[in-house]
Amino acid sequence: MSTSSQFELNKNLAQMLKGGVIMDVTTPEQAKIAEEAGACAVMALERIPADIRAAGGVSRMSDPKMIKGIQEAVSIPVMAKCRIGHFAEARILQAIKIDYIDESEVLSPADDKYHIDKRDFKVPFVCGAKDLGEALRRINEGAAMIRTKGEPGTGDVVQAVRHMRMMMSEIRRIQNMSNDELYEAAKQLQVPFNLVEYVHENGKLPVVNFAAGGVATPADAALMMHLGAEGVFVGSGIFKSGNPAKRASAIVQAVTNYQDDELLAKLSEDLGEAMVGINENEIALLMAERGK
Amino acid sequence: MRIGILALQGAFIEHKYALDKLGVESFEIRQKRDIEKPFDALIIPGGESTVIGKLLHKLDLFEPIKKMIEDGMPVWGTCAGLILLAKNIVGEDAHLGLMDMTVKRNAYGKQIDSFSQEVVIPEVSENPFPLVFIRAPWIESVGENVNVLCELNGHIVAARQDNMLVTSFHPELTDNTAFTEYFLKMI
Repeated sequence: MSTSSQFELNKNLAQMLKGGVIMDVTTPEQAKIAEEAGACAVMALERIPADIRAAGGVSRMSDPKMIKGIQEAVSIPVMAKCRIGHFAEARILQAIKIDYIDESEVLSPADDKYHIDKRDFKVPFVCGAKDLGEALRRINEGAAMIRTKGEPGTGDVVQAVRHMRMMMSEIRRIQNMSNDELYEAAKQLQVPFNLVEYVHENGKLPVVNFAAGGVATPADAALMMHLGAEGVFVGSGIFKSGNPAKRASAIVQAVTNYQDDELLAKLSEDLGEAMVGINENEIALLMAERGK
Repeated sequence: MRIGILALQGAFIEHKYALDKLGVESFEIRQKRDIEKPFDALIIPGGESTVIGKLLHKLDLFEPIKKMIEDGMPVWGTCAGLILLAKNIVGEDAHLGLMDMTVKRNAYGKQIDSFSQEVVIPEVSENPFPLVFIRAPWIESVGENVNVLCELNGHIVAARQDNMLVTSFHPELTDNTAFTEYFLKMI
């Protein structure tokens, strides 16, 4: 199959995930709880971001055996993370037929200059982005899905909000430009002209755009959907909370009906303790600054 | 004519774009009050059948939608929508359980096994039609009242039973509206 039709199929899978919630899980049991609660995909990880942050040190791709255990436990798509620029880890994940690879700033970057040439792969990639330039650079490298970087493992949604607002406002700016201004915009954003032209004509990214980082409550998820996210990743927010199954199910329903405030009020009731969280200014390590 | 598109999760907006192109009015169904006004046909889109199935129950949409289809409302299920309509699912409990067929989920394998192919489906159009399969199911067997529209490599991928049309592929992801037009003729 040609590279371009493979890329189309990979973009198409992300379209199937829209309006859904992708949850971080560390065991087959958690994966089953997530699927049962209505997750549209799971991210298989040895440690959730909050624990990666707490543990410090170098964090790497998870043990393939652990990932395979999760693939066997659920029928929904399974994603896994590799380090930024670590194409050997990505090839290993492709070899075990992972459904999606997250080239993720949550792990320690393996390459401080180059991202993976994602066009070389049959398996689709999702990448984080803080603004439009980063998003289009990742798409140019072959990413079939974009997510905000947020600040993983903090339970603080402020950065995801900042990234999503930044991206949307830049998209609106490009949309309103005259044609001759687009060349300069491409130069400023450091991206190819055809991608800027696509944003200008369509008012959106050429791939699906999810929110990630710090989403901990149904209200957080609804906020991100209002700001333009097409779906939500929830990392530490679920399995670091008092009642994971109930919270997960409430967040799934909140994403579908983010415009119904009465339902959101009902969904927000009695969820038990949310993850404690760390404020942005209390963090020593900003993962969102990894890979630009 | 008004078409309701089940918009709980998945690729529902793509169906709306296809209907827009044909000048047909559509609306999203996200909860019970959305189906209070009358409408003419229903589309159940692709996405994750486990997610859509659960949300149908949680949002009290399961029984009213099942009844509408039983009462003869034309319905088109793509991919996850096909799974939701099936009477039998290999190794799993059925959801709406309305169409007389046995379906296998993720039958082609994982995302790396997703593919697209051009095929002529005589009942729909004389021109080749692009079939896009994304972690797709196939239909293992059908009851005698089910009309098979398309088989690919020995597996049924499109079928119709009275008011119910199902495809394991995604016409809404392509620019070709022939399948949407075929569905509209059922109304």
